[in-house]
Amino acid sequence: MTAHLSRRRLLQALGFAGAGLVLAPSFLSRALAASPSEPARRALVTVFLRGGADGLSLVPPVEDDAYQRARPTLALKAQGDHAALKLQGVFGLHPALGALLPLWEQGRLAVLSGVGLPVAPRSHFDAQDFLESGTPGRKSTADGWLNRALEDASADAPLRAVALQPTLPRALYGNAGALAMGRLEDFRLRRGGDARQGFSSLYAGAVDRALQGAGADAFEAMSRLDGARLSKLPASPGVTYPGTPLARRLQDVARLLKGDVGLEVAATEMGGWDTHVAQGVAQGAFAKRCEELGGALAAFAADLGPKLETVTVVVMTEFGRTVKENGNQGTDHGVGGVMLALGGGVKGGRVHGRFEALTVDRLQDGRDVPSWTDVRAPLAEALRACRPGVDLAKVFPGYQEGTPLGMFT
Amino acid sequence: MHVLQRLAYGPSARDLAEVKRLGVDGWVEAQLQPPSEAALPAGLEAKLQAFPTLGMSMEQLVEDYPRPPREMPREEKRERGPARVAFERSSARVLRAVESPRQLEEVLVDFWFNHFNVSEDKGVVKWLATAYERDAIRPHVFGTFRELLGATAHHPAMLFYLDNWRSTREGLSQEELRHPKRFRRQQAAAMLELDGAEDEEAKPKLGLNENYARELLELHTLGVNGGYTQDDVREVARCFTGWTLRKPRKAPAFLFRRVAHDADAKVVLGQAIPAGGGEQDGEQVLDLLADHPATARHVALKLARRFVADAPPPELVDRVAKVFLDSKGDLRTVYRALFQSPEFQSPQAHAAKVKTPFEYVVSALRATDAQVEVTPRLLRHLALMGEPLYRAPAPTGFPEVAGPWVNSGALVSRLNFGLDLVGGRLPGARVALDAFAPKQAPTAVEWVDGLGQALLGAKPSEETRATILAALSRKREAASAVDEAPPVDVPLIAGLLLGSPEFQKQ
Repeated sequence: MTAHLSRRRLLQALGFAGAGLVLAPSFLSRALAASPSEPARRALVTVFLRGGADGLSLVPPVEDDAYQRARPTLALKAQGDHAALKLQGVFGLHPALGALLPLWEQGRLAVLSGVGLPVAPRSHFDAQDFLESGTPGRKSTADGWLNRALEDASADAPLRAVALQPTLPRALYGNAGALAMGRLEDFRLRRGGDARQGFSSLYAGAVDRALQGAGADAFEAMSRLDGARLSKLPASPGVTYPGTPLARRLQDVARLLKGDVGLEVAATEMGGWDTHVAQGVAQGAFAKRCEELGGALAAFAADLGPKLETVTVVVMTEFGRTVKENGNQGTDHGVGGVMLALGGGVKGGRVHGRFEALTVDRLQDGRDVPSWTDVRAPLAEALRACRPGVDLAKVFPGYQEGTPLGMFT
Repeated sequence: MHVLQRLAYGPSARDLAEVKRLGVDGWVEAQLQPPSEAALPAGLEAKLQAFPTLGMSMEQLVEDYPRPPREMPREEKRERGPARVAFERSSARVLRAVESPRQLEEVLVDFWFNHFNVSEDKGVVKWLATAYERDAIRPHVFGTFRELLGATAHHPAMLFYLDNWRSTREGLSQEELRHPKRFRRQQAAAMLELDGAEDEEAKPKLGLNENYARELLELHTLGVNGGYTQDDVREVARCFTGWTLRKPRKAPAFLFRRVAHDADAKVVLGQAIPAGGGEQDGEQVLDLLADHPATARHVALKLARRFVADAPPPELVDRVAKVFLDSKGDLRTVYRALFQSPEFQSPQAHAAKVKTPFEYVVSALRATDAQVEVTPRLLRHLALMGEPLYRAPAPTGFPEVAGPWVNSGALVSRLNFGLDLVGGRLPGARVALDAFAPKQAPTAVEWVDGLGQALLGAKPSEETRATILAALSRKREAASAVDEAPPVDVPLIAGLLLGSPEFQKQ
């Protein structure tokens, strides 16, 4: 056993574990987090935009002529009605992401442009797989980068990795137990302790290792967490979450964070970014997604208030989209895209990364924004900032870090 | 038992008797050749008859179940809008899986729908998915792969879902568009109709769209490592230009539009497709892909994964792929090779797979002999476990392997489903546990053994039995203060058994 008490043992010693509740009292979690041998950590929350979100519309380079030429009907404008919101240099912010502008102005929201996989699969399946496994180009990897980032820490914490979505994302596959829940309020058994104890022993004896593990995690987590109670925790005064799926999920993440249940990483996702057809400009299908994204993130940040300093949010997608619009006023699968980061440790109010005018000669295969920045670079930097001492060689095997981006500290 | 776990949705009392009557080989063969006119059992037939949308044409569905106005009350929307079409479709899927004696057909419909996935979340697919399953998938699951491929490629649901209906040759200008009058009228109307709801800004403009071509190669045929390039994707997309829809919002039907087709020569996977082939270009691509060794391998792997193990033995996949090529993609021959393989029959394959949520729910309903009237609540359970029917979020369909399904959150949803089902708290499914009583006034031990036999297909292991008895006695101790001899808590026994690790496996 390690020198310091694990969280679980400490809770057990104090008589909390298995007591049906538990919101651990915050003095306790503070005591645990601030143990002198362990530097302070931040929780890392990832939001995966599935479908390949068009970076050139999320954070459009509105002042680049080549961008305007390549997208005669889809380019956002620098001026006029429905113009992009001015950020920095050539870049603007999609007007439907306006809810995030105050965070940008406070220096808490950062953008990374030209980020992507070092390989260009252009298939959703492959690109998501490579990004989530953390091993671009290698298909045999069984676990995910976010799970490997946990393995160096002490175990015994069933709620350290939670996905707010019904199925576990690839990034959280692995040995460090992770759990997925569609909604916090569903994470409880609808029968009393007799059933729970019965199931708990049945799963302890399961032959199937995966089922055994999932069972152990479930019962340990349930004994720690009263999902029904925590799921009713209201947002901070004056904060209203929009009624969108992403907002509901992020509100549950905020509840887990505020409940001090030992959450270290959380993952959630949002679909609908595969805009081959009728993408729209300042209004339309893409703009609706932006509104959902921006509204949910802004409410999340406001809800956490000062606690946002202890949380880093990273918003990513599997690839960007073609620079040129296609024949259906949409865009096809591309390569380099955009990442957003907000919260504690983020050097915000800046567009990080490399940008080149979008003339054909500077595009990958004459059609795509290249991955100027390997997507592992910001993820590695975020991990180092959130989890000092993390073994990056294990998280991203074979990856050689280059010059620091300076996006996370 | 094993064949019922894999070729059916788990054992039901009736199917167990059928296997006994016909013998395993005889039952498998009967499943492979369901008599074409075999009427479904009257009870199931009556339930399906109560769903008028199942048999309606796409045109009728679009007309009779229009998108409801925003202010319509929710209950009315559920009855009169596309939500009704979706509900009847999902209900029928569940009912057939639970009650149809043609179990293998149901398993295969699920498999192939998933292989050629479309999602009702995308636009008009809400109205089209019923016909897609009924006309493009179900009639062909015992046919050839080429038939299935062709049926899906032509179906409006697929043409819409993967955007091919809007893909035209590059450089087709508005002026040319005007050329055949009728074309212009229909196309413009169709585009406006589609965009009206989603995006007011879009105006008709045409060009190549690669979406279908890419998924056709990656998911439907060759597989992601099937040896094609980005150039092949483009060339295939060019071949399929002009494969579009007549009136997508009113009376969706396949239409080949010559003016939208790229008539120049193409090269797909090294094979020349000469200029001027017209509609036949697409057919030629489908022929080429259906016969391709990479397709044989990809399909063999997916079938072996479904029926044998998440990571099936490579030799088995090779052998089945060869049968696929030798039989020119005759699916019945391919299935038979798989089911007769030593790998399928080997003890290692038994209980080697974790059930998907749909398999779990259906097998629980079958094992408990539940009287099922599907309700939205029952369907919601599936969504909570991660498998909302007809709404797989990506063209890849729902996962076949255990990884994504096995995690503690989803597990809790499964346990809750089992508890609700046997506790009489699941609207839409009635279970009479008394019918499983091994004898008059059974003891707790007799109940555990009897229900274990009925639900798990075998007497529970010593550990399982001891665990359940311990749970019961805790309960009894708690109750004994008020009642000297409390009745055996049968729902608790059944709930624990349905939630047990054994019941998660197939």
